[in-house]
Amino acid sequence: MPTEQTQESYFQDKIDREVRIEPTDWMPDNYRKALIRQISQHAHSEIVGMLPEANWITRAPNLKRKAALLAKVQDEAGHGLYLYAACETLGITRDELYEQLHSGKAKYSSIFNYPTLTWADIGAIGWLVDGAAIMNQVPLCRASYGPYSRAMVRICKEESFHQRQGFDIMLTLCRGTEAQRGMAQDALNRWWWPSLMMFGPRDDDSPHSAQSMKWKIKRNSNDELRQRFVDITTEQAQFLGISIPDPELALDPETGHYRYGAINWEEFKAIIAGQGPCNRQRLEARKTAWADGAWVREAALAHSQKRAAGTSAGAPLADPSGVARSGPTGATSAETNLSNPQPAPYVK
Amino acid sequence: MLPSLYEYLLYLGDNTLILGHRNSEWCGHGPALELDIALTNISLDLIGQARLYYQYAASETAWQSEDTIAYLRDAHQFRNLLLVEQPNGDWAHTILRQFLFSSFQHHLYNYLRESSDPTIAAISNKSYKEVAYHLRWSSEWVIRMGDGTQESHQRMLTALEDLWMFTGEFFLPAPYEDQLPTGIQPLPAPLMQGFWMDRIKEVFSAAGLPVPASPGFQSGGKTGRHTEYLGYVLAEMQFLQRAYPGSNW
Ligand SMILES: [Fe+2]
Ligand SMILES: [Fe+2]
Repeated sequence: MPTEQTQESYFQDKIDREVRIEPTDWMPDNYRKALIRQISQHAHSEIVGMLPEANWITRAPNLKRKAALLAKVQDEAGHGLYLYAACETLGITRDELYEQLHSGKAKYSSIFNYPTLTWADIGAIGWLVDGAAIMNQVPLCRASYGPYSRAMVRICKEESFHQRQGFDIMLTLCRGTEAQRGMAQDALNRWWWPSLMMFGPRDDDSPHSAQSMKWKIKRNSNDELRQRFVDITTEQAQFLGISIPDPELALDPETGHYRYGAINWEEFKAIIAGQGPCNRQRLEARKTAWADGAWVREAALAHSQKRAAGTSAGAPLADPSGVARSGPTGATSAETNLSNPQPAPYVK
Repeated sequence: MLPSLYEYLLYLGDNTLILGHRNSEWCGHGPALELDIALTNISLDLIGQARLYYQYAASETAWQSEDTIAYLRDAHQFRNLLLVEQPNGDWAHTILRQFLFSSFQHHLYNYLRESSDPTIAAISNKSYKEVAYHLRWSSEWVIRMGDGTQESHQRMLTALEDLWMFTGEFFLPAPYEDQLPTGIQPLPAPLMQGFWMDRIKEVFSAAGLPVPASPGFQSGGKTGRHTEYLGYVLAEMQFLQRAYPGSNW
C-alpha cells in the first residue's frame, strides 16, 4: 500500500506533467472539495444567470433577437447541466448541490444580482458578462480535472458566440437613434464595474488562489485576467462610441496596458453577503421553480415505477411519435429522462 | 397575394408565434433543467415557423416584414386559436395545451405538405419533423402526469376542464379558409377532426384520462375575437416596437 504521502506526491507530479486527473484516480480530499466548490459555484452561476436575461425574452424587440436570446438562455441551461454532471463525478448529487444553492450555502457569481432594466442590458450582458466569463474560462479548458476541462471546452465555444451576439446588440443600438444610444450608455454605466468584479478579489486578497494555481484548477491570477479584460473592452467601447464610467481609465504608455480606477470592494462584499439589488429575488425564483416542480418530478418517477411494475393506467403508445418515422430532429432521450445529464441539442 | 391566402398565413404564423411566446415564459423557471431546455426548444421551433409564414405573407409588399406583422398589429388583427393564448398555468396546463395543439398541428402540416402552394408545402414539410417531436414529447408528458400520482392526475383533470373548451375551434373553418383556392389546404379543417380525435383517445387512454364528452364550444380567435389574455401578451411582446417606433434593433 502506498502511503498518503507518496500518493500525494505522485498526484502532484501528474498535475505538474499536465496529465489529467480522472474521477476514479486518487485525489487529495481538499482537491476534491475545492473542485466541488468551484464547479458547483460555476454551475449555479449558469442557471441563476438565466434569470436576468430571461427577463427580456418576452419583450425582445424583434423576432430574430427573440429567437437568439431564447437560444442563448437555453445554452446557459446546457452549461449548467454539463457542469452539474462534471460535479457529480466527484461524488455529490445534483439534488445536494441544489440544496446548497437554495440554503445559501453555495455561492454564485455576484453579477447576476443586478437587474436588467432595458433591452440594452441584454447587449451589455452578452458583451461584458459573457466576455468576462470567456476570459475566466478559457484557461479552465486546461484545468487539471478531466471532466471539468472537457465541459469547459464545450462551454467556451458557446460563450464566444454569446459575446459576439451581445456586442452586435450594442453596436446596433449605438448606430441607432439618440434614445437607443442613451440606453446603451446607461447599460454600460451600470454593468462596467460589476463586470470587473467578476474576476474576483485582488490577488493580495484572494484566499484560495495559490493552492488552486498549484493544483491547476486555476491558471491565471485574478488581476492578470481583469487587466486583459480592461485592455480589450476599452477599445471595443471606443469603437462603439460610448464611454466607460471611469475617469481614471488611461493608457499607460510604458506598459501598454490601460490603468483603471479603484474598484468598490465594499459593494462586492455586500453582494456576496446577500445585499445586492436582486439577491433575494434570484434565489426566490430558483427555490420557487424547484418547489413548484416537485409534483412534476414525483409524477415522472411514479409513472416510471408503475411502468416497470406493469401497474400503469394504460398501455404504452405503440408508436409514440404518432407516425412511423426515424430520428426526430430535436429529440434525444434527455428530454424525457430526468436523470440523464445530457442536454438537448441546441437550436441556434 | 389573395386576401384569403394572406389571412390564412397569419392564422398559421400567429398560432405558432403566440404559443412559442407563451412557452418561452417558462424559460429559467421549469420544473427541471432538462424540461426547461426541452420546452425552450419547442418555443424556438414554433417561433421559427411563425417567421417563415410571416416572411411569406410579407413578401409581396415592400413596407411589410416579419416584424411589422408580429409587432404592429393589435389583438383583433391576430388570427390565432384561442387555445394558444391561454395562460401557462401549471406544468399540466402548459403540457396539455401543447399536446392539444401539436396533435392538431401534426395532422394539419401533414396535409399542408401536399399543398398546391409550393411555399406553404415547403415550410410545412420542414416544420412537420419538428411538430412530430413536439407531439411525441407532449404525449409522453400527458401520460406521465395522467398516470403518475394522484396529485398529477388531478391537475391534469383540472387542465382538461380549463382547456378542452377551446379545441372545437380547430375544426371550424374561418371565412378565409373557405375562400382559399382548392388545393392550398388539401383537407378541409372539419375533416381533420376524426384523425385528431383518434390521437387524443389513444394518448388519454394510456394516461388514464377521460375524453370529455362536451364539445369544444369556445371560438373566435381565428376571426380576431380573442380572450382578454391576448392583449397582455401583445402589450409585453410589442413594447419596444411601440415605444421606439421606426428603430432598428
Ligand atoms: Fe454560460
Ligand atoms: Fe453565455
